[in-house]
Amino acid sequence: MSAKRLLHGGRIDREQPLRFSWDGGNMTGYAGDSLASALMANGETVLGRSFKYHRPRGIMSAGVEESGAMVTVGEGNRRDPNVKAATQELYNGLVATGQNAWPNVRFDVGAVNSLFGRFFSAGFYYKTFMGLPPFEWGKGTGLWMQYEKIIRKAAGMGVASREDDPDVYDHAHGYCDLLVVGSGPTGLSAALTAAKAGLDVLLVEQNSELGGDLLNQPVNQSEKQRLNFVSKLEKAGVRIMTRTTAFGLYDNGVAGLLERVTDHLLSPDRHLPRHRFWTIRPRQTILACGALERTVAFGNNDRPGVMTAAAGRAYLNRYGVLPGQKIVVATNNDSAYVVAAELAEAGAEVSLLEARSEISESAMALVGNNGVNLHTRSAPLHVRGSGSVNALDVAVESNSGWSAHGAEPCDLVLVSGGWSPVVHLMSHRGIRPEWNAEQACFVAPANIEEPMYIAGSAAAVWNTDDCMKSGESAALKVLKALGSKARQKKAPVAGGWDTPIKPLYEVKVPGRYLKSFVDPQHDVTCDDVRLAHREGFVSVEHLKRYTTLGMATDGGKVGNIIGLALMADAQGKDIPEVGTTTFRPPYTPVSIGALKGRNVDEHFRPLRRTPMHTWNLEHGATMTMAGLWHRPWYFARQGEGISEAYVRETETTRRTVGLCDVTSLGKIAIQGPDATEFLNRIYTNPFAKLPIGKARYGIMLRDDGIVMDDGTTWRLSEADYFMTTTTAHAGKVMVWLEELLQTRWQDLRVHVTSVSEQWAGSAVAGPKSREVLEACVEDAAVMPNDVFPFMGVIETTLKGGIPCRIARISFSGEMAFEVYVPSDYASALMELLWAVAEPLDGCLYGLEALGAMRIEKGHVTGAELDGRVTIDDAGLGKMASPNKSFIGSAMRNRPELMREDRPRLVGIKPKNTSQTFNAGAILCAQDKVSGLGEGWITAVTHSPALGHWIGLGFISSGHEAWEGKTVIAADPVRKGNIEVEIISPHMYDPSGEKMYG
Amino acid sequence: MTRYSAWAVFKNGFSGQKNWDRQWRDPEPKKEYDVVIVGAGLHGLATAYYLAKNHGIKNIAVLEKGWLGGGNAGRNTTIVRSNYMMPGNRDFYEHSLKLWEELSHELNYNVMFSQRHHVSLVHTPGARDAAARRYNTMRLTGSDGDLWDLDTLKREIPHLNYNSARFPIFGAAVQKRAGSARHDAVAWGYARGADMQGVDIIQNCEVTGVSREDGRVTALDTTRGRIGAKKVGFAVAGNTSRLWQMAGLGKLPIESHKLQAFVSEPLKPLLDHVVVYGVGGAHFYISQSDKGGMVFGGDLDWYKSYAQRGNLPMVQDVAECATAIMPCLGRVRLLRHWSGVMDMSMDGSAFICKTPLENLYLNGGWNYGGFKASPGSGWYFADLIANDRPDSVIEHFDLGRFKRGVIIDERGAGPDPKLHG
Amino acid sequence: MIRINCPFCGERDHSEFSYGGDATIVYPELDASVEDWHEAIFMRENIRGMQSETWHHANGCRMWLVVERDTMTHEVKSVKPAHESYSKVLVEEKP
Repeated sequence: MSAKRLLHGGRIDREQPLRFSWDGGNMTGYAGDSLASALMANGETVLGRSFKYHRPRGIMSAGVEESGAMVTVGEGNRRDPNVKAATQELYNGLVATGQNAWPNVRFDVGAVNSLFGRFFSAGFYYKTFMGLPPFEWGKGTGLWMQYEKIIRKAAGMGVASREDDPDVYDHAHGYCDLLVVGSGPTGLSAALTAAKAGLDVLLVEQNSELGGDLLNQPVNQSEKQRLNFVSKLEKAGVRIMTRTTAFGLYDNGVAGLLERVTDHLLSPDRHLPRHRFWTIRPRQTILACGALERTVAFGNNDRPGVMTAAAGRAYLNRYGVLPGQKIVVATNNDSAYVVAAELAEAGAEVSLLEARSEISESAMALVGNNGVNLHTRSAPLHVRGSGSVNALDVAVESNSGWSAHGAEPCDLVLVSGGWSPVVHLMSHRGIRPEWNAEQACFVAPANIEEPMYIAGSAAAVWNTDDCMKSGESAALKVLKALGSKARQKKAPVAGGWDTPIKPLYEVKVPGRYLKSFVDPQHDVTCDDVRLAHREGFVSVEHLKRYTTLGMATDGGKVGNIIGLALMADAQGKDIPEVGTTTFRPPYTPVSIGALKGRNVDEHFRPLRRTPMHTWNLEHGATMTMAGLWHRPWYFARQGEGISEAYVRETETTRRTVGLCDVTSLGKIAIQGPDATEFLNRIYTNPFAKLPIGKARYGIMLRDDGIVMDDGTTWRLSEADYFMTTTTAHAGKVMVWLEELLQTRWQDLRVHVTSVSEQWAGSAVAGPKSREVLEACVEDAAVMPNDVFPFMGVIETTLKGGIPCRIARISFSGEMAFEVYVPSDYASALMELLWAVAEPLDGCLYGLEALGAMRIEKGHVTGAELDGRVTIDDAGLGKMASPNKSFIGSAMRNRPELMREDRPRLVGIKPKNTSQTFNAGAILCAQDKVSGLGEGWITAVTHSPALGHWIGLGFISSGHEAWEGKTVIAADPVRKGNIEVEIISPHMYDPSGEKMYG
Repeated sequence: MTRYSAWAVFKNGFSGQKNWDRQWRDPEPKKEYDVVIVGAGLHGLATAYYLAKNHGIKNIAVLEKGWLGGGNAGRNTTIVRSNYMMPGNRDFYEHSLKLWEELSHELNYNVMFSQRHHVSLVHTPGARDAAARRYNTMRLTGSDGDLWDLDTLKREIPHLNYNSARFPIFGAAVQKRAGSARHDAVAWGYARGADMQGVDIIQNCEVTGVSREDGRVTALDTTRGRIGAKKVGFAVAGNTSRLWQMAGLGKLPIESHKLQAFVSEPLKPLLDHVVVYGVGGAHFYISQSDKGGMVFGGDLDWYKSYAQRGNLPMVQDVAECATAIMPCLGRVRLLRHWSGVMDMSMDGSAFICKTPLENLYLNGGWNYGGFKASPGSGWYFADLIANDRPDSVIEHFDLGRFKRGVIIDERGAGPDPKLHG
Repeated sequence: MIRINCPFCGERDHSEFSYGGDATIVYPELDASVEDWHEAIFMRENIRGMQSETWHHANGCRMWLVVERDTMTHEVKSVKPAHESYSKVLVEEKP
């Protein structure tokens, strides 16, 4: 290929030169160039290497179907591998490099692979690399994994950056009456027709400019018409998005769009996102996506210098590059004639190989007067040359088939094997395209039960004028579907060529071995397809998976039909009998960054903070994660680590008083005349007689009788309850209560409201807790033990007029209260409590101390209640009322759940009390430290009260069964095994006198 | 049938690849078989293979409504692991993993099982302890399992998000023998292996009716005629309920849900491990195929579905999960996404069991676990069919376990199928 | 994207809702047998085609809805509040 930039013509701006680099060399292109056109104009031919054989590859197309010129653009943390040079707009300072080659794409050591090509047929790797060659001796996966290392390095294409992606991306959402995908003649006319009739139209175009195929036509022929359209569209209020690909269609006609905002800029405004991912919800969609030209399989059809005919036209008319001097155009349809003619006009020497025997006068007229050499019944057979094209061996057709017929010296081969309408988006909806034998392509079926119309060359309408009519007709159908009385116009039927296409997929002659590519990027050849057939991979899906045909980054846009045709031929069937291809989204690859948008790093998931978060931090809290919450973990004083801090906090709380932020607990207002009945059904224990001004600890089960959650519920008045849930299950319990009331128990007059965010709370725990509260409430008379006993509830006012509700409940095992105030008063509450507690030698405590105290008491949390544990397992069987039915009461009695030998909640202490141990260890009988074990440890802590480490866990039959026996806590993944004793889970103050006192 | 080897590949290189046989025959269905397996996915094919190999039953047909391996066999993210801890599940998945380790040699077909480590990230001390329980159980039952601290993890996989993650990484639980495999190759390998032992794999043969007599299945009506069967096994995960109802058996503890899967453009090696995590309601897994594509996935689409098409909200969610853990993936491009229909069961565990019909056997309810389970599933299902009694390992893989109250729910999510991803 | 026309809020993306399950299940009385509960909790018809199912407008009005939806095509045929009283007012008696 000896391409050269023309002095005139094209849509490039020769006044605006752009400097860029290719593999370290400096080059110049012009504004309006693609990277491919600029490289071509700079005389570069070999731009890439293929996947398997490392064959040299050049530019094969001028669009998204590109499967040869795959390059890496950018550097460092902005390096983008696998960029199709044909779709990358050139910008000043662009840095591009070759990929999948060493030392470079022009001279690649990996090309040695192609010497072994005869062995590397489709699927050969399934037949070897298992063991030691030649007969695959050995066992296991060891040898394979050695081979695999080498294979992995050789595979892949470009190298992705391992650094964090520095760019930002956006999500956006939109609605419209009509989404038009594609802005060629069809899309322009559809959008204009619909907008003029008053529809809200969104027109999306993957290219940087509107026009579609108009951009590939000579500027002097089409530009006026194009500009005219654009100004009319703007006037009609069409919303236009360029550099935007509709990459997928989903349920309800919802479209995913990718808008490339800055990929064409060197140093974009840093406030701009790189890409925007749009979710569009159109009422109707017109797919005017055009068609892609197919190539034909023939020998060395992958050489740099073999392109589609349409690409030749695009480089000439759009980019002002004459892609070759001596060009062979090979075709089987009318569309290439204009290409041949224009190239000849531009000064190239052009031969036209026409596979058909007859052509129309109008086609003749196109090439008659400009020196194009026309050879009918001729086709390309084999390209000579390796890094470029030197000549083309030609085949001619006789009654007995193709035979070799000399060679045509040339530097460029342009091929048109017919056109494939872009039916991808339709296919995403699960609609199977149908084969149109006259046009030799797949088209949409006649009836589509989706709010979607397909028009123009996407519907195999080939002429520009017909495409416009097709677009208009589709828009009228949309108007009708949306209720307008628009007069319908008949849509042009598929076709438009004077002489029918002659289907041509592969050119071969008997007795000659040719390397003919079906899917060049993945190095799938015609022989691979035939091998797949020979081995029984006859379905399209098997063919695709066995040969990897169509799985490359172009998604089989060019090769799929050829593969299908060859498979049909091998089976002696017609193409539709063999099957169709299913295209999956996205139409072209989409950056994962765009899909994730701004939801990255700390914005990945919401972060929940309590209203006293800042107050906690100001008072020395170290935070930890609790679901989506940040909660105080411990409050370290000078010189303390977590271990010292939580032990001190535990010890202090048990000695004087401690304060702990408990705001993250779920809080639900349960109100209505039937609230009592409701609670009585959802809790295992009786709630029917809970007096006003009392709280009760309750356990709720799932339908299947397994523990769901626990918490306290406070009766504030006759029909008004305040429920607390665990932090982890706050949302789940709320949904559950809503479901029960709205679906199962519609007769209950109860309303539930989540008030988790309305109330902030602190636990006040320890022997001096009442003293603290007495000093904080306005009326100290509400606090004495006889008026405010254990499980009592009061609503009162704190000093400063802060309304509050207090319950005397204890998780720590000490005398303790939970005080809730409206969230706005959170800091005021803490200030007030702390002002009293601090001088009493009190402390603030976090989750670690909370955990230590609850383990000492044998109180269960999520570590124990893991969704497999029954109320009996947790040692709370007494809380399941035998006198009433409740959710789960039937199913908790299933035989396996009633077994005596089920693992039960127990306490654990090390035999040697100076030892520590870990949660997650497996409890085993001393004589059988293997298998599933007898139980497991759920939580451990150092107990300041007991002076050694303790834990909670479960063991078969409970602690009574293991009394006096040594048990092994096996922890092979950490520090090994230690001997432990199984004790009652109630390890601190088992009679509870501290709590009641 | 040619034995596959480097030698065979070498020889064929000189004969233009002309001497390879069909990998499996395309037989006409016979009038009757000793065993008919419905579903030529991984489980059905493996079952046929082991029925022939382990139990000497040769007169077997596997019926497939489309093309073998065309369902979930080719729609998964190819992860193989055995980090299960519940009774039954533990032994079952361990046995399956052991079969995986020798599968290429067993089948003389390279299924490319790469034991590249399954690295399950943990984000909190509590999650580490929960993982410790699981991995300790694995160790004590003869499997492998390790906990990696943060330093080890950083050394092994330096480009995870250690600096700005919403949920900072704390460490990882690792199964080194776990990894990934080439999913299609497993289907083809079992198909070839079964075919070599005389099993008839009958494709494009959809079951349209189940004939019953006296509490037995007598024959299956298919799009290729009526096929008699002495014993019948269903292995059609995703569509189990439909076949079950065709047999007149009513309801099942299964819902069909769809799960999307994703692959990126091919890249030079970027990730050498299988990395998995679940935190803050997110769930994500990723590995890199030998071709170079990043293969990844996340949660179900969250609503019941038989459609093999996904929707955008989960695409978005999975992309967020990907970049949350590997920020460099932002620039990597998604090449394709698709979806498969899962049998989601009520406890996240599977069924390999007898049925109310005397000679009908069920294999289904595989949730997310079907791919890794396939060798073990075939092994134990074949044993069940051949001997008409379940091995003790699969004792609780029956339909009656819910009535008995057997809890083999690895997640503790309870009887809501969508929560067992 | 499934679009669900919430009777309280209007048409919204399905991502605002969370899927519940089969809406035709009749839950037995709390004191019913294990058999009855087993049927309700564990056994599913798992319809391929139009099914009646519950959705919760979790990121909206928090109402439980009964949606008729095709599990093969995802087409939504009808939406009504799960609670019959609301359904009467908002859907059935709507002019």
